[in-house]
Amino acid sequence: MLDSGRSVAHADDEVPRRRRSVAPRLRLALLRCSSVALFFALWAAFSFANARYLKFFNPVLMPSPLDVLHTGVELVESGELQRDILASLSRVLQGFAIAAFVGVALGMAVGRSRLLENLVDPMLELLRPIPPLAFLPMMVLWFGIGEASKISFIAYAAFFPIFTTTLEGIKYVDPLLLRAAASLGASRRDLFRYVVLPAATPAIITGLRLGFGLSFFVIVAAEFVAADSGLGYLINDARTFFLVSQMLLGAAVIGLIGFGFNRLLRLLEARLLRWRKSAWS
Amino acid sequence: MNQVPRDIAAAARTKIRIDGVSMTFDNGVTALSQVNLELAENSFTCLLGPSGCGKSTLLGMIAGFVQPTAGRVLVEGAQVSGASADRGVVFQEYALFPWRTAIGNVEFGPLMRRLPRAQRRSIALNYLALVGLAGHESKYPSELSGGMKQRVAIARAFANSPSVLLMDEPFGALDAQTREILQEEMLRIWQHERKTVVFVTHSISESLFLADRIVVMATKPGTIKAVIDVDLPHPRERTEASFIALERKIKHLVREEVDKLGVT
Repeated sequence: MLDSGRSVAHADDEVPRRRRSVAPRLRLALLRCSSVALFFALWAAFSFANARYLKFFNPVLMPSPLDVLHTGVELVESGELQRDILASLSRVLQGFAIAAFVGVALGMAVGRSRLLENLVDPMLELLRPIPPLAFLPMMVLWFGIGEASKISFIAYAAFFPIFTTTLEGIKYVDPLLLRAAASLGASRRDLFRYVVLPAATPAIITGLRLGFGLSFFVIVAAEFVAADSGLGYLINDARTFFLVSQMLLGAAVIGLIGFGFNRLLRLLEARLLRWRKSAWS
Repeated sequence: MNQVPRDIAAAARTKIRIDGVSMTFDNGVTALSQVNLELAENSFTCLLGPSGCGKSTLLGMIAGFVQPTAGRVLVEGAQVSGASADRGVVFQEYALFPWRTAIGNVEFGPLMRRLPRAQRRSIALNYLALVGLAGHESKYPSELSGGMKQRVAIARAFANSPSVLLMDEPFGALDAQTREILQEEMLRIWQHERKTVVFVTHSISESLFLADRIVVMATKPGTIKAVIDVDLPHPRERTEASFIALERKIKHLVREEVDKLGVT
Protein backbone atom coordinates (compact mmCIF):
# COMPACT_ATOMS: atom_id res chain seq x y z
CA MET A 1 0.00 0.00 0.00
CA LEU A 2 2.71 2.36 1.07
CA ASP A 3 4.65 1.60 -2.03
CA SER A 4 1.83 2.31 -4.45
CA GLY A 5 1.14 5.56 -2.60
CA ARG A 6 4.71 6.58 -3.14
CA SER A 7 4.72 5.71 -6.81
CA VAL A 8 1.60 7.79 -7.36
CA ALA A 9 3.28 10.77 -5.72
CA HIS A 10 6.29 10.09 -7.86
CA ALA A 11 4.23 10.04 -11.04
CA ASP A 12 2.67 13.37 -10.04
CA ASP A 13 6.10 14.89 -9.73
CA GLU A 14 6.99 13.66 -13.16
CA VAL A 15 3.99 15.09 -15.01
CA PRO A 16 5.28 18.57 -15.81
CA ARG A 17 8.63 17.28 -16.94
CA ARG A 18 7.10 14.61 -19.11
CA ARG A 19 4.64 17.01 -20.70
CA ARG A 20 7.47 19.26 -21.69
CA SER A 21 9.49 16.41 -23.16
CA VAL A 22 6.75 14.82 -25.31
CA ALA A 23 6.69 17.48 -28.01
CA PRO A 24 10.45 17.47 -28.75
CA ARG A 25 10.50 13.69 -28.78
CA LEU A 26 7.60 13.56 -31.24
CA ARG A 27 9.27 16.16 -33.41
CA LEU A 28 12.47 14.14 -33.38
CA ALA A 29 10.59 10.99 -34.44
CA LEU A 30 8.87 12.88 -37.26
CA LEU A 31 12.17 14.31 -38.42
CA ARG A 32 13.74 10.87 -38.49
CA CYS A 33 10.79 9.41 -40.39
CA SER A 34 10.91 12.20 -42.93
CA SER A 35 14.57 11.40 -43.51
CA VAL A 36 13.54 7.94 -44.66
CA ALA A 37 10.66 9.39 -46.70
CA LEU A 38 13.02 11.88 -48.33
CA PHE A 39 15.32 9.06 -49.38
CA PHE A 40 12.52 7.22 -51.16
CA ALA A 41 11.21 10.44 -52.70
CA LEU A 42 14.64 11.31 -54.13
CA TRP A 43 15.05 7.80 -55.44
CA ALA A 44 11.59 7.80 -57.06
CA ALA A 45 12.17 11.26 -58.54
CA PHE A 46 15.52 10.31 -59.98
CA SER A 47 14.24 7.07 -61.45
CA PHE A 48 11.26 8.93 -62.99
CA ALA A 49 13.44 11.73 -64.38
CA ASN A 50 15.91 9.21 -65.76
CA ALA A 51 13.25 7.26 -67.58
CA ARG A 52 11.50 10.33 -69.02
CA TYR A 53 14.13 13.01 -69.67
CA LEU A 54 17.67 12.37 -68.59
CA LYS A 55 18.31 8.89 -70.01
CA PHE A 56 21.50 8.51 -68.00
CA PHE A 57 20.93 4.78 -67.85
CA ASN A 58 18.72 2.38 -69.64
CA PRO A 59 15.50 2.69 -67.57
CA VAL A 60 15.68 -1.05 -66.92
CA LEU A 61 18.80 -0.41 -64.84
CA MET A 62 17.17 2.30 -62.68
CA PRO A 63 13.89 0.92 -61.30
CA SER A 64 11.72 2.99 -58.95
CA PRO A 65 10.89 1.99 -55.37
CA LEU A 66 7.49 0.85 -56.59
CA ASP A 67 9.08 -1.48 -59.15
CA VAL A 68 11.15 -3.03 -56.36
CA LEU A 69 8.08 -3.46 -54.19
CA HIS A 70 6.28 -5.05 -57.12
CA THR A 71 9.14 -7.51 -57.62
CA GLY A 72 9.00 -8.28 -53.91
CA VAL A 73 5.30 -9.15 -54.08
CA GLU A 74 5.92 -11.41 -57.05
CA LEU A 75 8.76 -13.22 -55.36
CA VAL A 76 6.72 -13.72 -52.20
CA GLU A 77 3.85 -15.12 -54.24
CA SER A 78 6.14 -17.59 -55.97
CA GLY A 79 7.62 -18.51 -52.55
CA GLU A 80 11.13 -17.78 -53.74
CA LEU A 81 11.84 -14.89 -51.38
CA GLN A 82 10.81 -16.84 -48.27
CA ARG A 83 13.01 -19.74 -49.34
CA ASP A 84 16.03 -17.47 -49.82
CA ILE A 85 15.50 -15.60 -46.54
CA LEU A 86 15.24 -18.89 -44.70
CA ALA A 87 18.36 -20.27 -46.38
CA SER A 88 20.45 -17.20 -45.53
CA LEU A 89 19.12 -16.93 -41.97
CA SER A 90 19.77 -20.55 -41.20
CA ARG A 91 23.37 -20.25 -42.42
CA VAL A 92 23.93 -17.05 -40.45
CA LEU A 93 22.45 -18.48 -37.27
CA GLN A 94 24.43 -21.71 -37.49
CA GLY A 95 27.70 -19.98 -38.32
CA PHE A 96 27.15 -17.35 -35.67
CA ALA A 97 26.28 -19.96 -33.03
CA ILE A 98 29.55 -21.78 -33.67
CA ALA A 99 31.51 -18.51 -33.57
CA ALA A 100 29.80 -17.44 -30.36
CA PHE A 101 30.49 -20.72 -28.62
CA VAL A 102 34.11 -21.03 -29.70
CA GLY A 103 34.86 -17.30 -29.37
CA VAL A 104 33.46 -16.92 -25.86
CA ALA A 105 34.91 -20.20 -24.58
CA LEU A 106 38.36 -19.58 -26.03
CA GLY A 107 38.33 -15.91 -24.98
CA MET A 108 37.58 -16.94 -21.39
CA ALA A 109 40.24 -19.63 -21.33
CA VAL A 110 42.88 -17.37 -22.85
CA GLY A 111 41.89 -14.46 -20.62
CA ARG A 112 42.50 -16.56 -17.51
CA SER A 113 45.82 -18.06 -18.45
CA ARG A 114 49.01 -16.23 -19.31
CA LEU A 115 50.43 -19.36 -20.88
CA LEU A 116 47.46 -19.86 -23.18
CA GLU A 117 47.46 -16.20 -24.09
CA ASN A 118 51.05 -16.27 -25.25
CA LEU A 119 50.39 -19.51 -27.07
CA VAL A 120 47.20 -18.52 -28.86
CA ASP A 121 47.25 -14.76 -29.25
CA PRO A 122 50.22 -14.37 -31.67
CA MET A 123 48.67 -16.98 -33.93
CA LEU A 124 45.40 -15.10 -34.04
CA GLU A 125 47.18 -11.77 -34.49
CA LEU A 126 48.71 -13.32 -37.59
CA LEU A 127 45.33 -14.34 -39.03
CA ARG A 128 43.25 -11.37 -37.92
CA PRO A 129 44.45 -8.78 -40.47
CA ILE A 130 43.67 -11.11 -43.38
CA PRO A 131 40.16 -10.30 -44.64
CA PRO A 132 38.06 -13.45 -44.15
CA LEU A 133 36.95 -13.14 -47.77
CA ALA A 134 40.46 -14.12 -48.81
CA PHE A 135 39.79 -17.58 -47.39
CA LEU A 136 36.41 -18.05 -49.04
CA PRO A 137 37.63 -19.75 -52.23
CA MET A 138 39.72 -22.14 -50.12
CA MET A 139 36.79 -22.98 -47.91
CA VAL A 140 34.75 -23.80 -50.97
CA LEU A 141 37.52 -26.16 -52.09
CA TRP A 142 37.78 -27.75 -48.66
CA PHE A 143 34.13 -27.99 -47.69
CA GLY A 144 32.45 -28.06 -51.10
CA ILE A 145 29.67 -25.87 -52.36
CA GLY A 146 27.16 -27.16 -49.81
CA GLU A 147 26.14 -25.65 -46.50
CA ALA A 148 29.37 -26.54 -44.71
CA SER A 149 31.54 -24.05 -46.59
CA LYS A 150 29.18 -21.14 -45.98
CA ILE A 151 28.59 -21.94 -42.32
CA SER A 152 32.27 -22.37 -41.57
CA PHE A 153 33.08 -19.16 -43.44
CA ILE A 154 30.58 -17.19 -41.36
CA ALA A 155 31.85 -18.84 -38.19
CA TYR A 156 35.42 -17.89 -39.06
CA ALA A 157 34.58 -14.26 -39.81
CA ALA A 158 32.41 -13.76 -36.72
CA PHE A 159 34.86 -15.49 -34.40
CA PHE A 160 37.41 -12.67 -34.24
CA PRO A 161 35.40 -9.83 -32.71
CA ILE A 162 33.73 -12.24 -30.28
CA PHE A 163 37.03 -13.72 -29.16
CA THR A 164 38.80 -10.37 -28.86
CA THR A 165 36.14 -8.58 -26.83
CA THR A 166 35.65 -11.58 -24.54
CA LEU A 167 39.39 -11.74 -23.91
CA GLU A 168 39.59 -8.01 -23.15
CA GLY A 169 36.55 -8.19 -20.89
CA ILE A 170 37.99 -11.07 -18.90
CA LYS A 171 41.46 -9.54 -18.67
CA TYR A 172 40.56 -6.04 -17.59
CA VAL A 173 38.34 -6.71 -14.61
CA ASP A 174 38.82 -4.04 -11.94
CA PRO A 175 41.35 -5.55 -9.49
CA LEU A 176 39.66 -3.67 -6.67
CA LEU A 177 36.50 -5.75 -7.18
CA LEU A 178 38.57 -8.93 -7.05
CA ARG A 179 40.12 -7.79 -3.78
CA ALA A 180 36.74 -6.89 -2.36
CA ALA A 181 35.36 -10.30 -3.29
CA ALA A 182 38.40 -12.13 -1.92
CA SER A 183 38.07 -10.35 1.42
CA LEU A 184 34.42 -11.44 1.49
CA GLY A 185 35.51 -15.06 1.28
CA ALA A 186 35.39 -15.75 -2.47
CA SER A 187 37.45 -18.71 -3.67
CA ARG A 188 39.19 -18.69 -7.06
CA ARG A 189 36.18 -20.34 -8.65
CA ASP A 190 33.84 -17.89 -6.96
CA LEU A 191 35.92 -15.01 -8.26
CA PHE A 192 35.45 -16.22 -11.82
CA ARG A 193 31.77 -16.97 -11.52
CA TYR A 194 30.67 -14.03 -9.39
CA VAL A 195 33.09 -11.27 -10.38
CA VAL A 196 35.01 -11.88 -13.62
CA LEU A 197 32.06 -13.23 -15.58
CA PRO A 198 29.51 -10.52 -14.74
CA ALA A 199 32.18 -7.83 -15.11
CA ALA A 200 33.01 -9.11 -18.59
CA THR A 201 29.40 -9.51 -19.73
CA PRO A 202 29.08 -6.04 -21.33
CA ALA A 203 32.20 -6.68 -23.39
CA ILE A 204 31.02 -10.14 -24.39
CA ILE A 205 27.64 -8.81 -25.50
CA THR A 206 29.34 -6.11 -27.58
CA GLY A 207 31.44 -8.81 -29.22
CA LEU A 208 28.38 -10.92 -29.97
CA ARG A 209 26.66 -7.94 -31.56
CA LEU A 210 29.71 -7.15 -33.71
CA GLY A 211 30.04 -10.81 -34.65
CA PHE A 212 26.41 -11.02 -35.64
CA GLY A 213 26.72 -7.94 -37.82
CA LEU A 214 29.75 -9.46 -39.49
CA SER A 215 27.90 -12.73 -40.11
CA PHE A 216 25.34 -10.84 -42.14
CA PHE A 217 28.08 -8.93 -43.84
CA VAL A 218 29.82 -12.01 -45.17
CA ILE A 219 26.85 -14.26 -45.95
CA VAL A 220 26.14 -12.39 -49.17
CA ALA A 221 29.69 -12.85 -50.40
CA ALA A 222 29.57 -16.53 -49.53
CA GLU A 223 26.34 -16.97 -51.46
CA PHE A 224 27.74 -15.09 -54.45
CA VAL A 225 30.49 -17.62 -54.86
CA ALA A 226 28.68 -20.89 -54.70
CA ALA A 227 25.05 -21.34 -53.78
CA ASP A 228 21.68 -22.18 -55.22
CA SER A 229 19.66 -20.40 -52.56
CA GLY A 230 19.91 -17.46 -50.20
CA LEU A 231 19.68 -13.70 -50.53
CA GLY A 232 23.18 -13.46 -51.97
CA TYR A 233 22.19 -16.00 -54.59
CA LEU A 234 19.02 -13.99 -55.29
CA ILE A 235 21.14 -10.92 -56.05
CA ASN A 236 23.76 -12.75 -58.07
CA ASP A 237 21.14 -14.66 -60.03
CA ALA A 238 19.38 -11.36 -60.84
CA ARG A 239 22.67 -9.94 -62.12
CA THR A 240 22.86 -12.64 -64.74
CA PHE A 241 19.44 -11.69 -66.07
CA PHE A 242 19.66 -7.88 -65.67
CA LEU A 243 16.87 -7.96 -63.06
CA VAL A 244 17.91 -4.80 -61.28
CA SER A 245 14.82 -4.47 -59.11
CA GLN A 246 15.39 -8.01 -57.86
CA MET A 247 18.96 -7.08 -56.96
CA LEU A 248 17.77 -4.03 -55.08
CA LEU A 249 15.10 -6.08 -53.38
CA GLY A 250 17.71 -8.56 -52.15
CA ALA A 251 19.79 -5.73 -50.73
CA ALA A 252 16.75 -4.14 -49.07
CA VAL A 253 15.68 -7.40 -47.45
CA ILE A 254 19.17 -7.95 -46.07
CA GLY A 255 19.10 -4.42 -44.70
CA LEU A 256 15.74 -4.93 -43.04
CA ILE A 257 16.69 -8.24 -41.46
CA GLY A 258 19.97 -6.82 -40.20
CA PHE A 259 18.19 -3.83 -38.74
CA GLY A 260 15.60 -6.03 -37.05
CA PHE A 261 18.17 -8.35 -35.51
CA ASN A 262 20.30 -5.49 -34.29
CA ARG A 263 17.23 -4.04 -32.58
CA LEU A 264 16.51 -7.38 -31.00
CA LEU A 265 20.05 -7.73 -29.71
CA ARG A 266 19.98 -4.19 -28.32
CA LEU A 267 16.80 -5.02 -26.43
CA LEU A 268 18.38 -8.15 -25.06
CA GLU A 269 21.43 -6.13 -24.05
CA ALA A 270 19.33 -3.54 -22.26
CA ARG A 271 17.58 -6.30 -20.31
CA LEU A 272 20.76 -8.14 -19.39
CA LEU A 273 22.64 -4.98 -18.46
CA ARG A 274 19.87 -3.24 -16.57
CA TRP A 275 22.42 -2.16 -13.97
CA ARG A 276 24.18 0.00 -16.52
CA LYS A 277 21.09 1.70 -17.85
CA SER A 278 20.61 4.10 -14.98
CA ALA A 279 24.17 5.32 -15.40
CA TRP A 280 23.40 6.37 -18.96
CA SER A 281 20.16 8.21 -18.39
CA MET B 1 41.03 -3.53 43.18
CA ASN B 2 41.96 -7.01 42.05
CA GLN B 3 39.42 -6.76 39.27
CA VAL B 4 41.19 -3.97 37.44
CA PRO B 5 44.41 -5.60 36.23
CA ARG B 6 42.50 -8.61 34.91
CA ASP B 7 40.20 -6.32 32.92
CA ILE B 8 43.14 -4.52 31.44
CA ALA B 9 44.79 -7.81 30.60
CA ALA B 10 41.61 -8.95 28.83
CA ALA B 11 41.27 -5.71 26.93
CA ALA B 12 44.88 -5.84 25.85
CA ARG B 13 44.71 -9.28 24.21
CA THR B 14 46.67 -8.86 21.00
CA LYS B 15 44.65 -9.40 17.83
CA ILE B 16 47.05 -8.17 15.17
CA ARG B 17 50.81 -8.16 15.40
CA ILE B 18 53.02 -6.43 12.90
CA ASP B 19 56.47 -7.81 13.33
CA GLY B 20 59.43 -6.02 11.73
CA VAL B 21 57.58 -5.40 8.49
CA SER B 22 59.31 -3.75 5.54
CA MET B 23 58.11 -3.23 2.03
CA THR B 24 60.37 -2.40 -0.89
CA PHE B 25 58.78 -2.20 -4.33
CA ASP B 26 60.35 -3.52 -7.51
CA ASN B 27 61.40 0.00 -8.48
CA GLY B 28 63.53 0.25 -5.34
CA VAL B 29 61.21 2.56 -3.39
CA THR B 30 60.91 1.60 0.26
CA ALA B 31 57.34 2.18 1.36
CA LEU B 32 57.70 0.75 4.85
CA SER B 33 60.75 0.11 6.96
CA GLN B 34 60.88 -2.02 10.11
CA VAL B 35 57.37 -1.40 11.37
CA ASN B 36 56.38 -3.00 14.68
CA LEU B 37 52.88 -2.64 16.05
CA GLU B 38 50.47 -4.52 18.26
CA LEU B 39 46.73 -3.97 18.02
CA ALA B 40 44.47 -5.09 20.84
CA GLU B 41 41.33 -7.10 20.17
CA ASN B 42 38.26 -4.93 19.55
CA SER B 43 40.33 -1.76 19.52
CA PHE B 44 39.83 1.08 17.08
CA THR B 45 43.16 2.19 15.61
CA CYS B 46 43.73 4.95 13.10
CA LEU B 47 46.78 4.96 10.87
CA LEU B 48 47.42 8.63 10.27
CA GLY B 49 49.91 10.28 7.99
CA PRO B 50 50.45 12.20 4.77
CA SER B 51 50.11 10.41 1.46
CA GLY B 52 53.09 8.26 0.69
CA CYS B 53 53.77 7.19 4.28
CA GLY B 54 52.80 3.60 3.50
CA LYS B 55 49.66 3.52 5.64
CA SER B 56 47.54 2.01 2.88
CA THR B 57 50.29 -0.49 2.08
CA LEU B 58 50.31 -1.55 5.72
CA LEU B 59 46.53 -1.98 5.63
CA GLY B 60 46.82 -4.01 2.43
CA MET B 61 49.27 -6.30 4.20
CA ILE B 62 46.88 -6.93 7.07
CA ALA B 63 44.18 -7.63 4.48
CA GLY B 64 46.49 -10.07 2.74
CA PHE B 65 46.49 -8.27 -0.62
CA VAL B 66 50.25 -7.64 -0.52
CA GLN B 67 53.05 -9.56 1.15
CA PRO B 68 55.80 -7.69 3.02
CA THR B 69 59.32 -8.06 1.63
CA ALA B 70 60.54 -8.57 5.21
CA GLY B 71 58.84 -9.32 8.52
CA ARG B 72 55.44 -10.85 9.20
CA VAL B 73 51.87 -9.84 9.87
CA LEU B 74 50.11 -12.06 12.39
CA VAL B 75 46.39 -12.14 13.05
CA GLU B 76 45.38 -14.29 16.03
CA GLY B 77 48.94 -15.59 15.99
CA ALA B 78 48.69 -16.93 12.44
CA GLN B 79 50.70 -15.42 9.62
CA VAL B 80 48.62 -13.64 6.98
CA SER B 81 49.21 -15.08 3.52
CA GLY B 82 46.09 -14.00 1.63
CA ALA B 83 42.68 -12.38 1.88
CA SER B 84 40.18 -13.96 4.23
CA ALA B 85 36.52 -13.52 5.10
CA ASP B 86 37.58 -12.92 8.70
CA ARG B 87 39.18 -9.61 7.65
CA GLY B 88 36.60 -7.36 6.04
CA VAL B 89 37.74 -4.41 3.95
CA VAL B 90 36.05 -1.09 3.15
CA PHE B 91 37.68 0.82 0.31
CA GLN B 92 37.73 4.53 -0.44
CA GLU B 93 36.39 3.78 -3.93
CA TYR B 94 33.51 1.69 -2.43
CA ALA B 95 34.33 -1.31 -4.66
CA LEU B 96 30.68 -2.29 -4.92
CA PHE B 97 29.74 -4.82 -7.59
CA PRO B 98 27.92 -2.60 -10.10
CA TRP B 99 25.81 -5.48 -11.45
CA ARG B 100 24.42 -6.28 -8.03
CA THR B 101 21.77 -4.27 -6.24
CA ALA B 102 22.42 -2.84 -2.78
CA ILE B 103 21.03 -5.96 -1.15
CA GLY B 104 22.85 -8.16 -3.66
CA ASN B 105 26.12 -6.56 -2.60
CA VAL B 106 25.43 -7.05 1.09
CA GLU B 107 24.45 -10.66 0.41
CA PHE B 108 27.76 -11.40 -1.27
CA GLY B 109 29.61 -12.58 1.86
CA PRO B 110 26.77 -14.85 3.01
CA LEU B 111 26.56 -16.16 -0.58
CA MET B 112 30.24 -17.09 -0.44
CA ARG B 113 29.50 -18.97 2.78
CA ARG B 114 26.75 -20.79 0.85
CA LEU B 115 24.03 -19.79 3.28
CA PRO B 116 20.49 -20.52 2.11
CA ARG B 117 18.77 -17.76 0.21
CA ALA B 118 16.25 -16.79 2.89
CA GLN B 119 18.97 -16.47 5.50
CA ARG B 120 21.13 -14.33 3.19
CA ARG B 121 18.19 -12.04 2.57
CA SER B 122 17.41 -11.57 6.22
CA ILE B 123 21.05 -10.89 7.14
CA ALA B 124 21.38 -8.36 4.33
CA LEU B 125 18.10 -6.62 5.13
CA ASN B 126 19.17 -6.36 8.73
CA TYR B 127 22.50 -4.72 7.94
CA LEU B 128 21.08 -2.42 5.29
CA ALA B 129 18.61 -1.18 7.89
CA LEU B 130 21.46 -0.78 10.37
CA VAL B 131 23.25 1.63 8.01
CA GLY B 132 20.00 3.49 7.33
CA LEU B 133 19.30 2.17 3.84
CA ALA B 134 15.98 0.42 4.42
CA GLY B 135 13.90 1.02 1.29
CA HIS B 136 16.90 1.25 -1.02
CA GLU B 137 17.54 -2.51 -1.23
CA SER B 138 16.85 -2.94 -4.92
CA LYS B 139 18.82 0.05 -6.19
CA TYR B 140 21.97 -0.45 -8.20
CA PRO B 141 25.19 1.29 -7.08
CA SER B 142 24.92 3.64 -10.07
CA GLU B 143 21.68 4.93 -8.59
CA LEU B 144 23.18 5.71 -5.17
CA SER B 145 25.07 8.75 -3.92
CA GLY B 146 28.65 8.44 -2.67
CA GLY B 147 27.55 8.39 0.96
CA MET B 148 24.93 5.72 0.27
CA LYS B 149 27.45 3.61 -1.63
CA GLN B 150 29.80 3.69 1.33
CA ARG B 151 26.93 2.73 3.63
CA VAL B 152 26.30 -0.30 1.43
CA ALA B 153 30.02 -1.14 1.54
CA ILE B 154 30.02 -0.90 5.35
CA ALA B 155 26.89 -3.06 5.57
CA ARG B 156 28.52 -5.57 3.21
CA ALA B 157 31.60 -5.79 5.41
CA PHE B 158 29.61 -6.16 8.64
CA ALA B 159 27.18 -8.70 7.16
CA ASN B 160 30.05 -11.14 6.83
CA SER B 161 30.81 -10.85 10.59
CA PRO B 162 34.58 -10.51 10.29
CA SER B 163 36.52 -10.09 13.53
CA VAL B 164 38.79 -7.53 11.87
CA LEU B 165 37.58 -4.57 9.85
CA LEU B 166 40.06 -2.71 7.65
CA MET B 167 39.04 0.67 6.31
CA ASP B 168 41.15 2.45 3.73
CA GLU B 169 40.27 6.16 3.80
CA PRO B 170 36.62 5.12 3.55
CA PHE B 171 35.22 8.64 3.84
CA GLY B 172 37.95 10.37 1.84
CA ALA B 173 35.82 10.90 -1.25
CA LEU B 174 32.78 12.26 0.58
CA ASP B 175 31.76 15.84 1.28
CA ALA B 176 32.38 17.25 4.78
CA GLN B 177 28.81 16.85 6.06
CA THR B 178 28.32 13.30 4.81
CA ARG B 179 31.71 12.46 6.19
CA GLU B 180 30.85 13.56 9.74
CA ILE B 181 27.52 11.77 9.65
CA LEU B 182 29.17 8.54 8.51
CA GLN B 183 31.84 8.85 11.22
CA GLU B 184 29.09 8.98 13.82
CA GLU B 185 27.25 6.06 12.24
CA MET B 186 30.43 4.05 12.06
CA LEU B 187 31.03 4.54 15.78
CA ARG B 188 27.44 3.65 16.58
CA ILE B 189 27.64 0.41 14.59
CA TRP B 190 31.04 -0.46 15.99
CA GLN B 191 29.86 0.03 19.56
CA HIS B 192 26.95 -2.26 18.69
CA GLU B 193 29.17 -4.90 17.09
CA ARG B 194 32.73 -4.79 18.36
CA LYS B 195 35.51 -5.60 15.95
CA THR B 196 39.18 -4.84 15.72
CA VAL B 197 39.15 -1.83 13.42
CA VAL B 198 42.13 -0.45 11.53
CA PHE B 199 41.19 2.81 9.87
CA VAL B 200 43.49 4.64 7.47
CA THR B 201 43.02 8.39 7.17
CA HIS B 202 44.93 11.59 6.63
CA SER B 203 42.40 13.63 8.58
CA ILE B 204 43.54 14.42 12.13
CA SER B 205 40.06 15.42 13.21
CA GLU B 206 38.62 12.16 11.87
CA SER B 207 41.19 10.04 13.67
CA LEU B 208 40.61 11.94 16.93
CA PHE B 209 36.87 11.55 16.64
CA LEU B 210 37.02 7.80 16.07
CA ALA B 211 40.09 6.11 17.46
CA ASP B 212 41.27 4.64 20.74
CA ARG B 213 44.77 4.87 19.41
CA ILE B 214 46.31 6.95 16.70
CA VAL B 215 49.43 5.69 14.99
CA VAL B 216 51.17 8.67 13.41
CA MET B 217 53.36 7.55 10.54
CA ALA B 218 56.52 9.12 9.19
CA THR B 219 57.42 9.26 5.52
CA LYS B 220 60.45 8.35 3.45
CA PRO B 221 60.60 5.60 4.40
CA GLY B 222 57.32 4.80 6.17
CA THR B 223 57.88 4.19 9.86
CA ILE B 224 55.92 4.74 13.03
CA LYS B 225 56.55 8.20 14.38
CA ALA B 226 54.30 8.20 17.43
CA VAL B 227 51.51 6.21 19.02
CA ILE B 228 48.93 8.32 20.80
CA ASP B 229 46.29 6.86 23.07
CA VAL B 230 43.09 8.84 22.92
CA ASP B 231 41.12 8.45 26.11
CA LEU B 232 38.49 11.09 25.48
CA PRO B 233 35.03 9.69 26.24
CA HIS B 234 32.52 9.10 23.41
CA PRO B 235 30.68 10.93 21.96
CA ARG B 236 33.54 13.32 21.34
CA GLU B 237 32.98 16.97 20.76
CA ARG B 238 35.29 18.55 18.22
CA THR B 239 35.02 21.96 19.89
CA GLU B 240 36.07 20.81 23.35
CA ALA B 241 39.38 22.08 24.75
CA SER B 242 40.85 18.59 25.30
CA PHE B 243 40.00 17.60 21.73
CA ILE B 244 41.59 20.73 20.32
CA ALA B 245 44.71 20.36 22.46
CA LEU B 246 45.29 16.84 21.17
CA GLU B 247 44.54 17.96 17.66
CA ARG B 248 47.19 20.65 17.89
CA LYS B 249 49.76 18.19 19.20
CA ILE B 250 49.12 15.71 16.38
CA LYS B 251 49.04 18.46 13.79
CA HIS B 252 52.59 19.31 14.77
CA LEU B 253 53.74 15.73 14.35
CA VAL B 254 52.08 15.37 10.96
CA ARG B 255 53.29 18.75 9.80
CA GLU B 256 56.90 17.75 10.32
CA GLU B 257 56.33 14.84 7.97
CA VAL B 258 54.57 16.91 5.34
CA ASP B 259 57.43 19.42 5.41
CA LYS B 260 59.87 16.59 4.91
CA LEU B 261 58.18 15.84 1.58
CA GLY B 262 58.94 19.35 0.34
CA VAL B 263 56.67 21.27 -1.99
CA THR B 264 53.51 19.30 -2.71
